[in-house]
Amino acid sequence: MKSLKTAWKNIRRSPYQAVSAIFVMTITFLAFSLVSIFVFSSTKIVTYFESKPQVTAFFKDQTKQTDINSLSNSLKQSGVVSSINFVSKDQALQIYKQQNKNDPLLLDLVTADILPSSLEISTYKINDLDLVATTLQKSPIVQEVVFQKDVVSTLTSWTGALKKIGITIVAVLAFATVLVMAIIIGIKIAQKRDDIETMRLIGAGGWYIRAPFLQEGMFYGVIGAIIGWLISMILLFLATPHLESFLHGIPLFPLSPVFLFELLAIEILLSASLGAFASYLAVLRYLK
Amino acid sequence: MISLENVSKKFGTGVFGLSDITFTIEKGEFVFLVGPTGSGKTTIFKLLIRDSLPSTGTIVVSGWDLLKLPGNKVPELRKKIGVVFQDLKLLNDRTILENTMLPLEVSGMKAKEAVSRAEEILKSVGILEHKDKFPVQLSGGEVQRAAIARALIMSPEILLADEPTGNLDDETAFGIVKLLSDINELGTTVLMATHNKEIVKKLNKRVIELNKGNLVNDKGGAKKEHRQEKEHEYKEEKTEEEVEKVEEVKEEKKEEKHEVKPSEKKDVKLSTDDFEEALK
Repeated sequence: MKSLKTAWKNIRRSPYQAVSAIFVMTITFLAFSLVSIFVFSSTKIVTYFESKPQVTAFFKDQTKQTDINSLSNSLKQSGVVSSINFVSKDQALQIYKQQNKNDPLLLDLVTADILPSSLEISTYKINDLDLVATTLQKSPIVQEVVFQKDVVSTLTSWTGALKKIGITIVAVLAFATVLVMAIIIGIKIAQKRDDIETMRLIGAGGWYIRAPFLQEGMFYGVIGAIIGWLISMILLFLATPHLESFLHGIPLFPLSPVFLFELLAIEILLSASLGAFASYLAVLRYLK
Repeated sequence: MISLENVSKKFGTGVFGLSDITFTIEKGEFVFLVGPTGSGKTTIFKLLIRDSLPSTGTIVVSGWDLLKLPGNKVPELRKKIGVVFQDLKLLNDRTILENTMLPLEVSGMKAKEAVSRAEEILKSVGILEHKDKFPVQLSGGEVQRAAIARALIMSPEILLADEPTGNLDDETAFGIVKLLSDINELGTTVLMATHNKEIVKKLNKRVIELNKGNLVNDKGGAKKEHRQEKEHEYKEEKTEEEVEKVEEVKEEKKEEKHEVKPSEKKDVKLSTDDFEEALK
């Protein structure tokens, strides 16, 4: 408790250093929050696409239902298909209306007649997708085949690359933060060198002297993380409408509050550890 | 209580701060450590609180062999020794009360108890009315008293005072020494480094004199008196046992001179030389 008071006194007596330390922590944890939200969202998006029927066959306008059923049955009998879902013209219109409910102009212009009926097909194994797609493309009643394997793999490779970039940025920022924090705490130790020497000479133990500096580092870390998280929440709140319209139809927003608060808890733990580690380095360096 | 045996301290520059220093201070003694600047007074103080280690020799303080004392026990040692540093080492951003309380705070005492104890000590050194002031707001004598108060707050067995009267006028200096003397009367062993010859003369206590790192004089010490007393007792015991030997020596000497006169034997007075020769 006493060391906490001392730590607080150290912080109050050098506000500019405290602001600098908190600022650098804020930047790092803002980047950490944004990267985490991106990783979480991209994983959900990829999962969404992976869970969607992987091959969709759109039929020609005049196709008879019996021909569609026949094709569907032959696919079922092949043994490679895990599920087949038929989407009629009316169902397609309903889906379209749902996706464009905020744009009445688009709704007015579209009727069930102009939308094709379709089959959404999933396979047990991803390797069988090619076979199914080729079979469908050969069918005379099929107008177009949309093969989502490419979409998923492209998305996965993009998000993978962005994840790596994000993690690298956070790692570089974390390293810079540790250095800056160690320097700030080091300056504070140097400023209090005489006081520390006096305390040692009158019998203060190592922990009594080190604890306030470690707690100070943890304080900067935690405050920086909370501010960084709050800023990322504000940015997320402002960006949500734009992202919603961009990720049209993907049920991503609003982001799960459980995830967001878990993120805060992880950041608090990480930041406290980072602050304590940076202070420990300073203590090792300056309190020999 | 304090024992230095063949202690030398060589600095990194190769210069000897102390050379082969041996002395013992008994519990309850008041000892002056005198000598010019650079004679090694502060070095001895540093060694006694394990702020530095000797190059050779052994130091025992309150039963602790400082060379064998593990690092984690050093704070415990320092809590048992009150030190009035030459530069006082009061923390300027703390009040006199806070400075006085510092050793208690370091020991983990509760604030309320620490305040009460600190006030008691400040009262005993006569500066209670200044407890809420900062060191820069006090006079030289008052800050010296504050430093003494801090050194005494843990009720130490030993009090080391390094030039506590430096830069003070005579009256204030005597006040400080009187205070240290009173503390000594209560049973605390006091080792005080000083330049002030007047004070040393007036108090008539044991004086250990250093010069260029060498112990040049140790006079008036209880230990010395004690040692002389022991030597005397030893001689007394030995006299009866060895008197015949001494007589024989005398006889031999006289025989050598071929002037043996029994009547003169009665008047023989033993010189120190004869006594020592007999003992050999």
